[in-house]
Amino acid sequence: MLDPSTNTVPHPIPPVEKPPILEMRGISKSFGAVKALSDVSFAVQEGEIHALVGENGAGKSTLMKVLSGVYPHGSYEGSILFDGEERQFRDINDSEKLGIIIIHQELALIPLMSIAENIFLHSAPSKFGIIDRDERRRRTKALLEKVGLTEAPEMLITNIGVGKQQMVEIAKALSKDVRLLILDEPTASLNETDSAALLELLKEFRRRGITSIMISHKLNEITEIADRITVLRDGRTVGTMDCHAGPVDEDEIVRRMVDRDLESRYPKREPKIGDVVFEVENWSAFHPLHSERQVVKNVSMKVRAGEIVGISGLMGAGRTEFAMSLFGRSWGRHITGTAKLHGKELDLSDVHKAIKAGLAYVTEDRKQLGLVLAEDIRKNISLAHLGGVSKRGVIDDIAEMKVAQEFRGRMRIRSHNVYQETGKLSGGNQQKVVLSKWLFTGPEVLILDEPTRGIDVGAKYEIYTIINELADAGKAVVVISSEMPELIGICDRIMVMHEGEFVGEVAGEQATQENIMRAIMRRKVREQ
Amino acid sequence: MSNPSNTTAAPQQRGTGFWKDNLREYGMLISLLAIVLIFAYLTNGVILRPLNLTNIILQNSYVVIMALGMLMIIVTGHIDLSVGSVAGFIGGVGAVLMVPYHIDFGVAALLCLILGGIIGAAQGYFIAYLKIPSFIVTLAGMLVFRGLMITVLGSQAIGPFDPSFQKLSSGFIPELISSEGSFYVTSFIIGILLAVFLVWQSFQSRVRHLSHGVETEPLALFIGKNVVVFGIIAYIAYLISSYRGMPNVLIIMGVLIAAYAFFTNRTVIGRQIYAVGGNAKAAELSGIKTQRLVFWTFVNMGVLAGLAGLVVAARLNSATPKAGTGFELDVIAACFIGGASAYGGVGKVTGAVIGAFLMGVMNNGMSILGIGIDLQQVIKGLVLLGAVCVDVYNQRR
Repeated sequence: MLDPSTNTVPHPIPPVEKPPILEMRGISKSFGAVKALSDVSFAVQEGEIHALVGENGAGKSTLMKVLSGVYPHGSYEGSILFDGEERQFRDINDSEKLGIIIIHQELALIPLMSIAENIFLHSAPSKFGIIDRDERRRRTKALLEKVGLTEAPEMLITNIGVGKQQMVEIAKALSKDVRLLILDEPTASLNETDSAALLELLKEFRRRGITSIMISHKLNEITEIADRITVLRDGRTVGTMDCHAGPVDEDEIVRRMVDRDLESRYPKREPKIGDVVFEVENWSAFHPLHSERQVVKNVSMKVRAGEIVGISGLMGAGRTEFAMSLFGRSWGRHITGTAKLHGKELDLSDVHKAIKAGLAYVTEDRKQLGLVLAEDIRKNISLAHLGGVSKRGVIDDIAEMKVAQEFRGRMRIRSHNVYQETGKLSGGNQQKVVLSKWLFTGPEVLILDEPTRGIDVGAKYEIYTIINELADAGKAVVVISSEMPELIGICDRIMVMHEGEFVGEVAGEQATQENIMRAIMRRKVREQ
Repeated sequence: MSNPSNTTAAPQQRGTGFWKDNLREYGMLISLLAIVLIFAYLTNGVILRPLNLTNIILQNSYVVIMALGMLMIIVTGHIDLSVGSVAGFIGGVGAVLMVPYHIDFGVAALLCLILGGIIGAAQGYFIAYLKIPSFIVTLAGMLVFRGLMITVLGSQAIGPFDPSFQKLSSGFIPELISSEGSFYVTSFIIGILLAVFLVWQSFQSRVRHLSHGVETEPLALFIGKNVVVFGIIAYIAYLISSYRGMPNVLIIMGVLIAAYAFFTNRTVIGRQIYAVGGNAKAAELSGIKTQRLVFWTFVNMGVLAGLAGLVVAARLNSATPKAGTGFELDVIAACFIGGASAYGGVGKVTGAVIGAFLMGVMNNGMSILGIGIDLQQVIKGLVLLGAVCVDVYNQRR
């Protein structure tokens, strides 16, 4: 069992003198039918900064959740060795006791509490159960100094910027005697100065012997500070690169991140592209809470009849926000811009009007936003177009049942009958119910947001087939996806979105993952 | 339709599952029957005497009327704590209009219902559009309208009313056929016609469904259910007819129950209300105007609370500052006992009505048995808790 795990790693880890502080061996983890991690091996040396890179959905966050005990021992296969001993974490407290601290992308601070209260939320210094405020204040000050903050410990979290909040999170980690610090996209929401300060801090930690794992999409930052880089792809380890063995090429990282077999996963189709059907010009939207943040910036796009247009981009690029603001202003505020269907300007001021105008939006989150899970298939399918199964406001239940049965057959929804609760269906079948609901509205323009998220390969193929049929029926189809191969596999044209703007456009036949990644990365480098 | 074998195979596949799926509805009716039978045994049949049965209907009419509105509010995921105060307040306003100002009772009643709608609209505006939690808005409403009611009444009871207004609660439908002795034939005929109509309806619906290959309940269950429904209604009609005939308020209740059952089950707006309660975000993204729907459910509740206030005032023949106290609890309990979910999206009009009568029969039965008001409260509380526990347990399976 303690046989060297290097056999299972495609690219053996370079020999090093000391045993690693952390070793994860043969980790596999599934969610239902979806395999998120398969036989991942990953080793971190004491005192190094180890970067973990990969596409969205490659399994980085899942791997870190396995490590920190969010997914407890027993819910995955494989073993975790820390300090050379096998560990079985039941929850996050177990891993924290050993000094493994994870800082998530979405910060876990309580906005209306002070810095000091947040840092010592679980373990405030106390005498007889009463919090010792002076001691807490003293310790907070010392911790803030270490991360280079001069804010008063009494300051409320909501009153300091995101960059400083990130530093408070790190100070909180330091308060727990951190030995292995895991940062999930720490600089994703930071500006240049804050990012530089954070990277500087990580280097300082390395000098003091603290080990860090950094998950990031920003390859320039990674090549700047990482000692070693492990690449994940499709839930597998592609390999680990040693930055001290020679200069690491960013293109090489990208190639390893995205390279994979595309054959036979996408149904073939001969596109029959017609005239422009749907046109968006200068579309802008601002964040609903932070009204100064423009999330969608003067975006324009055209979609032709029978064309499938993909929108690619990293998480937080503004793709969903763009789609939802378009669809009846269901996201954001101060929305401006024009949308035209067949050259006629549309009134999209609320969802009802957007549906009437011929738009349909299939949400990325089918359970939270797409389905009424307690209701049956039939009622979900008719929900967005009850007018189609009713007369003078009274529902004709036979007509409704027939519509549902027709879609059940056409979409191959696997269920006992149309009266089955949608909450009890598999992810793929749920997605087919959502698609049915929108097809029943008879849309001209279909926007599909992550249409195959979390569903198995077989169901994905069926969904792609449905998308192709829609395009062949002359509809304008827009697919938003974080899975680049999916976009390349099904789209006629791919628009690349980054920070609320379209930064590139790739025609279907020229689309490669390198092309798309490069468009994003080029933009990132230019910004910095 | 591309795969016809699916549709024909479905009924056999799930025939056995029918009981389980409809357990909630049958379960409710069976519990009500069981409780009636238990009390009939314990009270040596007193509970089923014509006079007492008529009283149960009169005593619980206001709970049933308000439960119809409350059910829809609970289905949208909200709550209304103000209905007792609103009912009392509007009863008071009606009394002031009719007694000191001598306004015709019809006009006064209409004004009262409009006022109820306005009160509902005011509360609904805060809840639907300003997104203030309904618990808080209606808690405030509960205090505000209790206070306003005492102001309007000047801390004293106002009455008595015009006899024609009293008939709203204590009147009975006129007898058209000259009756022999003390049996009210017209009431009995109406009852039998209702029973025949309900059986005919369910038969029609079954035939229609079967002709389109839709799964229906097993034939034996269908016949059994209809025999029981027919028998119960005919028996109740017989009992009522041997006292003083059908109370006016029973006719009002019957019409309202039928209207709301149809509205919630069969109309587009009714369906949308369930969708809002089941998943507000998904409903919104399906083009449903969720805020407007929530607003109107509160307006509706206000009107029904107004009607209930008038019924209570007419029954007591005076509006008192105490009227309506604690009604909201009976109404909310009726909905939850009747299978409505506290999380929204689930609940039926028939369930809420059965829940209201279940509480009413228990109140009445326990009073006849001479159980103290203190112990009655304990038992009612435990029944509410038990009913919801059973429901939650059934959901988890």
